[in-house]
Amino acid sequence: MTAAASMILRVPGVAIALVLLVAIFGVANPNFATLSNAQNILIQSTILLLLALPMTLIVMTEGLDLSMGAVLTLASIALAMTVVATGSSTLALAAALAVGLGFGVLNGCLVALLDIPPFIATLGTLGIAQGLSLVVTDGQSVVGIPRGLQQVYGGTFGGVPIPILIGIVAFAVFYLTLYRTRFGSYIFALGGNREALKLAGVADRAMLIATYVVGGTMAGFAALLMTARMNSAHPTAGIGLEFDAIAAVAVGGTSFERGNGWLTGTLLGVLVVGVLRNGLNLMAVPSSAQVAGIGALVIAALLVDGLRSRA
Amino acid sequence: MTATDAGPLRRGLSGEATQFAARIAAALAVCIVLSLLSDAFLTTSNLLNVLRQTALLFLMASGLTLVILTAGLDLSVGANIGLSACLAAVAIKSTGSPWLGVAVGVGCGSLIGLLNGLLVTALRVPAFIATYGMMWLILGATYSYMGGETVHGFPPAFRQFGSGYFLGIPIPIYMMILFLLLGTLFAQRTVWGQQIYAIGANPVAARLSGIPVQRRLVLVYVVSGAMAGLASLILLARVNSAEADIGEHFTLPAIAAVVIGGTSLFGGSGTIVGTLAGALILTLVVNGMNLLQIKASWQPLVTGVIILLAVWFDIRARRSGE
Repeated sequence: MTAAASMILRVPGVAIALVLLVAIFGVANPNFATLSNAQNILIQSTILLLLALPMTLIVMTEGLDLSMGAVLTLASIALAMTVVATGSSTLALAAALAVGLGFGVLNGCLVALLDIPPFIATLGTLGIAQGLSLVVTDGQSVVGIPRGLQQVYGGTFGGVPIPILIGIVAFAVFYLTLYRTRFGSYIFALGGNREALKLAGVADRAMLIATYVVGGTMAGFAALLMTARMNSAHPTAGIGLEFDAIAAVAVGGTSFERGNGWLTGTLLGVLVVGVLRNGLNLMAVPSSAQVAGIGALVIAALLVDGLRSRA
Repeated sequence: MTATDAGPLRRGLSGEATQFAARIAAALAVCIVLSLLSDAFLTTSNLLNVLRQTALLFLMASGLTLVILTAGLDLSVGANIGLSACLAAVAIKSTGSPWLGVAVGVGCGSLIGLLNGLLVTALRVPAFIATYGMMWLILGATYSYMGGETVHGFPPAFRQFGSGYFLGIPIPIYMMILFLLLGTLFAQRTVWGQQIYAIGANPVAARLSGIPVQRRLVLVYVVSGAMAGLASLILLARVNSAEADIGEHFTLPAIAAVVIGGTSLFGGSGTIVGTLAGALILTLVVNGMNLLQIKASWQPLVTGVIILLAVWFDIRARRSGE
């Protein structure tokens, strides 16, 4: 093999996918490759990033959280109802975080204490969160979000849109946590080497619960951006968001059964999903076809991962 | 010989008789409670309605039972029902032939099952993630294809599948009995059925003893897809209209019926008749909620709680058995 070929092989697939997508949309649509659209993509991808970062950790423990979209929705409803009732944004954010935290604890306990397989435990809590959203709102939107709260999504700080700042901070915190703290190394061990963790006297179940709690809490926090963006809360608003997050994690190269994760890959995966959605939007492709495209993307990513693990 | 020396199959079967009895008792208990709470429960029309709904849920869940027996999962069941129903609806509307519709529905379901089976065997990733990607791919395809349209009004001959009667009993109930017998015979009395249990109980041992594991796995996903396609036709014939979201809300109840019925998510133990009991219990609960005028928005919540409880009981039973 020539040096050039081996170099190309070492470039991660997600980076190639991102460059290809940008090139294709750039050629196909003159409005794509503009500075303001690039900024749009980053802003729109923030909510996804807030879900995909903890999802990466959860997948690394050989887990999954199918309830994130539904929990985000319920948290968004809690946030909107609180701010409409009390006028306090702080109290509203606290309500959203409490919903997220509560479901995170529930998911974590179901998985770590009762040993229910993660995909079925979080499928059950997905049903619970979705049902609660419908029950408390009676299927209606919650409107009347004050202007100050909308600024969280639409405003800027020092000339930089606030969602982009939130995304940068979140990525930095997760990066440092995963690669620089003891909790991070426990997460690597939870996926690949849980027995060793147990033998080393680490409370492996507590660590596993903590991973799901991080996921739920981030979903609660993402609800803040979602509500500010939509200027309302709707009981079906977040349905399927967990799929975009799982897609970003899969495309980013985190393996679903070998416990090795790559946070930078997830960031690139989020951008792949974001660029794909934005580019298809510009070309007026309906959202349903976008979902089919992302489904195909996930299966392609799994195929590549499967082929690689064999090679 | 101690209990642990018995093969996984024998231990499973002996336990399953008591398990099944427990489920029938639970269903009866729900019936007694409901008949006390509502005068409308113990009427012929309501009971036939319950059985008809049970039949629909059972058909969806029966193929899924085989998948879960292999320790797999098919999260694309609801999406599959949606696409199969929509394609069948368009086929019937444009040609007027019910039988072409049946062929399209079952064919579409089987094809999706085949794709799932090939993905699961080729990818070597957990089945839930492969079928989860497939679920969204199909949902997107269905919504794009339908473009918000509704197809409705089918010929009476086709509508018989879902709302017809024979000797005063709804036709779906006959289909439920037919597929209960076929499924049970296949699972308990054929070599392939026994191989499916063996794969779920211990895939490595199954492979080493010469069972063609990959081919049997493809088979169970095809059967699950075909049954979803068949169920989609009965659903279509009953509601007499097809929209892109027609199947979406059935994945959770179908999985619930299987796990309430005592089939273990960890593979190797469970029965088709158990899934029938599971479908009956879930349908009774939903029927009771309707009769007591509890809003339909409570249903996903209740189904979610029931799934979690059923899986938890299974895990506790397995632990105490070890």
